[in-house]
Amino acid sequence: MTTVAPSHGEGTPGKFVGRSVARREDPRLLTGRGRFVDDISMPGMLHAQFVRSTVAAGSVTALDVSDVVGVDGVRAVFTASDLALKPIRAELSRPLEEFVPTDMPILSSDRVRYVGEPLALVVADDAYTVEDGLEAARVAYDTVVAVTSADQALTPGVPLVHDEAVNNTVVDVQMFATEGIDEIFDAAHTVVSVQSRTGRQNALPLETRGCIAYWDDRDEQLIIHICTQIPHQVRTVTAHCLGLDERQVRVIVPDMGGGFGQKCVVGREEIAVAAAALKLRRPVKWIEDRKDALTASFLAREQQYDVRAAFDADGHILGLDADVICDMGAYSCYPFTAGIEPLMAAAEMPGVYQVPAYRVRGRSIFSNKTPTAPYRGVSRPQYVMVMERLFERAARELGLDAVEIRRRNVITAFPYTGINNVTYDPGSYLEALDECEKALRDEGWYEFRERAEAEGRHVGIGYSCFSERTGYGSTAFAARKMKVVPGFDISEVRMDVSGTVSATTGTMNHGQSHETTMAQIVADRLRVQVEQVKIVQGDTERITYGFGSFASRSITIGGSAVSVAADKLGRKLCEIAAHLLETRSDNVELASGRVRQIDDHSKFVSYQDIADVAYLRAQLLPKGVDPGLSATASFDVFNDGTFSNATHGVVVELHEGTGKVEILRYFCVEDCGVAINPKVVEGQCRGGIAQGIAGALFEQVSYDDNGNPLCASFIDYKVPTACEIPEVGIHHLETPCLFTESGAKGAGEGGTIGAPAAVLNAVNDGLRRTGVELNNTPITPVAVQHALAKGIA
Amino acid sequence: MTNKQLLELTVNGVHHEVITEPRRTLVDVLRHDLRLTGTHVGCEHGVCGACTVLIDGKPARACLTFAAQVENSEVRTVESLGSDGILTDLQQAFADHHGLQCGFCTPGFLMLAEGYLAENPDATKDEIREVVASNYCRCTGYQTIVEAIDACAEQRRCAGCLKP
Repeated sequence: MTTVAPSHGEGTPGKFVGRSVARREDPRLLTGRGRFVDDISMPGMLHAQFVRSTVAAGSVTALDVSDVVGVDGVRAVFTASDLALKPIRAELSRPLEEFVPTDMPILSSDRVRYVGEPLALVVADDAYTVEDGLEAARVAYDTVVAVTSADQALTPGVPLVHDEAVNNTVVDVQMFATEGIDEIFDAAHTVVSVQSRTGRQNALPLETRGCIAYWDDRDEQLIIHICTQIPHQVRTVTAHCLGLDERQVRVIVPDMGGGFGQKCVVGREEIAVAAAALKLRRPVKWIEDRKDALTASFLAREQQYDVRAAFDADGHILGLDADVICDMGAYSCYPFTAGIEPLMAAAEMPGVYQVPAYRVRGRSIFSNKTPTAPYRGVSRPQYVMVMERLFERAARELGLDAVEIRRRNVITAFPYTGINNVTYDPGSYLEALDECEKALRDEGWYEFRERAEAEGRHVGIGYSCFSERTGYGSTAFAARKMKVVPGFDISEVRMDVSGTVSATTGTMNHGQSHETTMAQIVADRLRVQVEQVKIVQGDTERITYGFGSFASRSITIGGSAVSVAADKLGRKLCEIAAHLLETRSDNVELASGRVRQIDDHSKFVSYQDIADVAYLRAQLLPKGVDPGLSATASFDVFNDGTFSNATHGVVVELHEGTGKVEILRYFCVEDCGVAINPKVVEGQCRGGIAQGIAGALFEQVSYDDNGNPLCASFIDYKVPTACEIPEVGIHHLETPCLFTESGAKGAGEGGTIGAPAAVLNAVNDGLRRTGVELNNTPITPVAVQHALAKGIA
Repeated sequence: MTNKQLLELTVNGVHHEVITEPRRTLVDVLRHDLRLTGTHVGCEHGVCGACTVLIDGKPARACLTFAAQVENSEVRTVESLGSDGILTDLQQAFADHHGLQCGFCTPGFLMLAEGYLAENPDATKDEIREVVASNYCRCTGYQTIVEAIDACAEQRRCAGCLKP
């Protein structure tokens, strides 16, 4: 049995990992032959939409849907009492003083907690008549003061969003608190502080949420075609809420138009639709419209930081003291809970730096705003931004170069166990920083900045230096004290009679190219062509179990599971072949579509011939070997995971008249270990950076003081286009992961994590002559205009 | 409200008769009546461009167009590109440049580029970038979409040069 070692020579036949193999997904997506949820149609299918709360806080005094059923085309209307569904409850294994468990009802019947909260479900013949039906619903409310900010939420005497969450605080953890940290700050040469706020964002997959649900009498199953990153978790919660066994629920995920985290939590709407389908015994489809996607779908990112850092005279960081408050909106999301953001920030904030003393308090508060879900990066875009501001401020106060101060503080010896009790596997933190600075210097941007300054222009250069933990295994998530602990992945790799391969994965592609990259991995392991491998995902009947895709876990964990399963199948192929060749099983190896004798390559059995024996002539199998060619294996990570890293360098020009931030150059040096498919990695990197820039400069979901969302269309929610997102130069470094099967580290989120910090630093460098410093995102044109005006005046 | 009318539409060169309400949008007729589901719906207010189709050769938002408005027009959707599993040069350029990830916005960008390049074969990369800014993509950061369209335009120009 031969496995393909990472050192396997480039260009050897059968070697696909490391090559920009053409995507398997592309032909169907380019010809309009993909299959997204709304492309599916069922005989007798009805269409659903929701009557939603129009007030942010209060209670429903009357919900009158009697006129709705009279509307032409309307078939049914359901309120909470009609469906009698159990609520969604997301929990952590933490004491009450750290975490308050709360329920999210599927439909609200009395209390309403955000504008857009679903109250009733209208089902009609088509997508037009259902809208007619919605207009006939009448709802009366008793309103109370809406909680619309963290500061307000924590003010004594304000109404509670959930009665059980005192001070509107759902999570409150204090961690690390190095002994003597106060003395370290008191004695430090320099202490700098940063207060920073980040705007509420929408992850904004271009395909909105949606599903089709129906009961299948033959399978005795509720079947839900749904747009989700976590099919098995949707099955669990749906079965729970409806009072079904898990076997009675099948979740199928077709092509997905993005997710970015918004679809990695279980929504209430899809479960209501499933309940309606059961009641009506007909297929019911729900496709969220953009207004609902902007106002009532899971949002993200709104946080505030108050952080101090102590430095010695040489710019070495001595201590970090952080207070983090996350505005999670009205409910805790399943399975992550409202703890996801503060716990991520608290656990990982020291990042790539050697921080000797650390104290952090992380809180989540409830507000009367749409609930949040983890969004690409999860707290890391924010705390990296804060850390990078701290270093730039310290550099300025100490008269050091902004890159040099980082150089003096980044982790350089691995493995490194930080003050946060996290062990970092090898990375290229210093190399990435040096390479990125060198790139901008070599391209002449420092001279450009000088010339621009002489001309009275405002050009700034900024960096961000960070790592991203990926491949969280069961132990890492258990350390967060999640009650539902994601981590492992299971894969089944099967060879059929014709010798071609299917491999299942519990991860869930929604644009990341898994059908290609995982096929590359399996093809290498089994020495077949990529075209001979079909990756199967997104169906709870076909996949044993899985946690889906989030936290850049797919290639690290899912990719390792398919590797291990493929190897196991390879061993079976070898065992059968050795028997057929009448040689020892250690004298055979896999070689492009066949098993050959190591001592005589002219002797071999093709996979087809082995499959023929395994399935059609089992009497020829060696004793004790089961018929069939299938192997199942799981993979988990039992350490702290693997850290991808990068440095981003940005050059901006700030325009006086308009306050516009123009990005003149964006350069990224990234290291995600072995890149399975470099083109795909670059795509993740550029797309991630675009979303990071979106958060840094453009996007913000605003609310008025009454909790009314002010971004109900793309006119108000400013999504950057090709004219705002710059070209991104990318340089790869490769520090292979030592414990994932392919040496890969996650590549999904880094771009989004690094961009806001680099952009903000560049903007502040551009403002260096004004005495104004900006620390909040999005950096609006008005803020830049004011800063420049103040500096010039 | 049974105020239905018979519409005659020409889509991808094929004549269709559809009985529908006047308020039904072109994108809904294409997707749900004609089952041409390649055209996608991203916002229904004409901003994201996922529903872009060609109406008489010009890119248009099918979500802001009533089906009844295009009775005497030629409509083209992504399904008109390529045949028998062979990609057109434009589609191939998107694949070569990794100009798509989730693929949801892709048909809109393809039809936008198809219409634009037909009228502007000499478009510069900057001009292409301006046009690409008509539509939203959340996955790619746009760079590879611009590169794909630019490469396709360049290739077409070269092919033109080589003709005797």
